[in-house]
Amino acid sequence: MRYLPHTDTDRKAMLEAIGVASIDDLFTDVPEAARLDGLIDLPTKQGELQVERAMAAMSNQNVSASSVPFFVGAGAYKHHIPATVDHLIQRSEFLTAYTPYQPEISQGTLQTLFEFQTQVAQLTGMDVANASMYDGSTACAEAVMMAARVTKRDKAVMAGTVHPHYVEASKTLAKYSSVSIEVTEPELDSLDKVIAAIDENTACVVVQTPDVFGQLHDLREISRVAHEKGALVIAAFTEVVALGLTEAPGAMGADIAVGEGQSIGVGLNFGGPYVGLFACKDDRRFIRQMPGRLAGETVDADGRRGFVLTLSTREQHIRRDKATSNICTNSGLCALAFTIHMTLLGEKGFRQMAQLSHENACALADALDAVEGVDVVNDAFFNEFAVRLPGNAAEIVEKLAKVGVLGGVPASRLYPGQFEDILLVAATEVNTEADIEIFAKALGGVL
Amino acid sequence: MPMNTQGRPTRIADNIATGGYAETTSGSKGLEQSEALIYERGSVEQCGVDLPEPKGTATRLGGLERKTELGMPGLSEPETMRHYVRLSRKNYAIDLGLYPLGSCTMKHNPRLNEKMARLPGFADVHPMQPASTVQGAYAVIGELAHWLMTLCGMSGVAMSPKAGAHGEFCGMMAIRAKLDADGQTHRRRVLVPESAHGTNPATAVQCGFTVDEIPADETGRVDMEAFKAKLGDDVAGIMLTNPNTCGLFERDIREIADLIHEAGGYFYCDGANFNAIVGRVRPGDLGVDAMHINLHKTFSTPHGGGGPGSGPTVLSDALAPFAPVPYVVLKDKHWELVEHEADAEGQPFGRMAAFHGQMGMFTRALTYMMSHGSDGLKQVAEDAVLNANYIQARLKHVMTPAFDGICMHEALFDDRFLKDTGVTTLDFAKAMIDEGYHPMTMYFPLVVHGAMLIEPTETESKSGLDRFIDTLEALSLAAKAGEVERFQAAPVHAPTKRLDETKAARQPVLRWTAPAAEEPIAAE
Repeated sequence: MRYLPHTDTDRKAMLEAIGVASIDDLFTDVPEAARLDGLIDLPTKQGELQVERAMAAMSNQNVSASSVPFFVGAGAYKHHIPATVDHLIQRSEFLTAYTPYQPEISQGTLQTLFEFQTQVAQLTGMDVANASMYDGSTACAEAVMMAARVTKRDKAVMAGTVHPHYVEASKTLAKYSSVSIEVTEPELDSLDKVIAAIDENTACVVVQTPDVFGQLHDLREISRVAHEKGALVIAAFTEVVALGLTEAPGAMGADIAVGEGQSIGVGLNFGGPYVGLFACKDDRRFIRQMPGRLAGETVDADGRRGFVLTLSTREQHIRRDKATSNICTNSGLCALAFTIHMTLLGEKGFRQMAQLSHENACALADALDAVEGVDVVNDAFFNEFAVRLPGNAAEIVEKLAKVGVLGGVPASRLYPGQFEDILLVAATEVNTEADIEIFAKALGGVL
Repeated sequence: MPMNTQGRPTRIADNIATGGYAETTSGSKGLEQSEALIYERGSVEQCGVDLPEPKGTATRLGGLERKTELGMPGLSEPETMRHYVRLSRKNYAIDLGLYPLGSCTMKHNPRLNEKMARLPGFADVHPMQPASTVQGAYAVIGELAHWLMTLCGMSGVAMSPKAGAHGEFCGMMAIRAKLDADGQTHRRRVLVPESAHGTNPATAVQCGFTVDEIPADETGRVDMEAFKAKLGDDVAGIMLTNPNTCGLFERDIREIADLIHEAGGYFYCDGANFNAIVGRVRPGDLGVDAMHINLHKTFSTPHGGGGPGSGPTVLSDALAPFAPVPYVVLKDKHWELVEHEADAEGQPFGRMAAFHGQMGMFTRALTYMMSHGSDGLKQVAEDAVLNANYIQARLKHVMTPAFDGICMHEALFDDRFLKDTGVTTLDFAKAMIDEGYHPMTMYFPLVVHGAMLIEPTETESKSGLDRFIDTLEALSLAAKAGEVERFQAAPVHAPTKRLDETKAARQPVLRWTAPAAEEPIAAE
């Protein structure tokens, strides 16, 4: 087997040095009844070529985003990622390193995490950010639990227009805790019902902007009301690129901002791995209650700047049953990809990418609105919006796929039994005018 | 003077002592380049990508244009490349040398796995595409599930957990859901050995359980008498790592499983150490009800400096109906995704995260499994255990193994051999850095004083192990010979000297701020 260096001569010599006769003698602690005689019933080893063929055969059954006019969003977005990003994250020193427990030989990872944390804080208009979470949905769930610890209250309010997967992940994490989650009726054009649900027992209110229907929300009013009642505001987002063009959650009163960073550097990957972004205000109560890893600045024995993982007394390996979260692994390499892509973009490129995505979405909205029977629902959006169709959106999406267009996500896939005529469509800088024309024409054709 | 121009060989002049030139003007030292933060290198006008000019058409942002400044610097492409390549060179990595972090399974990461994960049909597909356009992606999930269930001898597997701790959460949620469904709502106490990973007690609490610690016996395994004494009708289950965190197989594991089942509880196995037994022992045959599998350990998806991981969790007949959504099923040769609790056959405890799991890790792990096959995986376990025992056998005359007898895939030493030397486990670990090795896991498990947990993995050659062993032997002898300063000053050959972690925690600086701004940016 090509990954195993020992020859049989090596193995024999090593067994002798250990002082046993055979490899079986090293497994004698295994109860006899559980010792397998032969091989487990699975295929045996294969060379690179054979494995490549088998994997490629499965890959070829899928329609990739780059091969068709593509408008699918709803929590994951197709953006162009510069070639440099993938090259750099495949550097052995980044790819094959562990969590930076030994800072003296992990400054590469630690410094990039420090840069990552700063970028995330700037994007969200927050003071500090952690070194990433698994993804946006789990970041959201952890934020709800953190808000309950900070406020010592047990009730969370989530807007019905927060991505339903984020809501479900939060409910799962809270399921057997003291925290209860109230989800308001999804309203497409206001936050009134969410605001009305906040009371003196509310630990936090979670709102998403742009929401799962793509609608943008001003969070200032809800923040005012929440803060008046002593509740924290958690602003969620699934499309980080929106922050290049729309107001930062921190500037609209949010206390914690959580979301998905996949658009920058990471790619679609059929849903994972992604990179959860988690940022909050600089308040001692908050930072000590944050989940996840944190990189911090310090000095070495010669007084030179260096970086370490810090405030680990919040974490499971120190605090065990009293930890702020059970999280151990985060999404290190995806955070690195995010930081590299963001460094290539800089503020200028990032704003430009956001503007292009928005302009393409506006053009798409005009093109679809012009199709007979199709109406754009949103009055304000960034790069994703909802359209009302004269028929079942799930069926129409299948028909579009048959003619080679991946035309969005039926809202009923996220809200089973509801919104059956609503289709969620997204555009980014990768879409061309031709793509938009083909989509509009195809939609007209299948209705 | 030494010259190396026009083919003349370099020669070190006898009269030049190099010690006085330890510091350089630039801060860089030969191949080791000093590198500032992007915030000190770049500017907000700089950009390393070429995008089309926006048309500047009217926006439909509803008046919510960003007014807050961003302040994110950019770098051109060549500067970006250099910045991150320079930083990368300050990292230790498995591709650079032995990385014996116990419990972490730092094995070779085959590049075929990387290549397969990047096939456009896997890397460039969206999780919400219509089922007809992602049949091959569902097939990967289904195929990997089949391998995991077969290797573990278990009937179910939840594929969506995103890391080991997330998998633990999945398994314990399934146990909680099963207990509640059976009306066993008084069972809230979970037994956890003192030697457990910190994630175990943290996870149990997250599922609404209380934690009751079980001590270890003198052989480093569960103290059976203490365990039996803790059984009762409020026990929900046990969380046990096997092989355990002392690197030992729990000999009484089947009795533990029988007893916990008889008492009405369930057996959660922490699968972090599955690498020691994969292909040779099936956890299902040991009586396990739930076990997470770190694809980033046993199945070699790269650790990436701290993730992403992936933690599929195998489940017994009793727990499988409670597995979370989503999952894939094959119906009439067509893969379908069950996304909603209402559509599920069982009683899912919920959804753990958005979408369907760590696909990028699935493709890598499946590639790895297909490359090894059942024969190769068995060899993995055997060589991993062989290597750890070889280290233990060859070092036991200078270092002190924490327990007698053979170990599994990790060799655990305590700090008795450093007694009265003035050298601590931490010093010893830092001295290993100077010798070109990443240190072992230190001070874990907590039950062993000054613990040093060495996991070499199966992908180290005998000659590589011999050099490592020789180095540790020499260090042990040096410590005993009283060379304390060498240890306390270590590392001196790393990119930085020892870092002040206390200062970092007492005065947290968690982001860059512009030098002029003394105060943190004011909150709104």
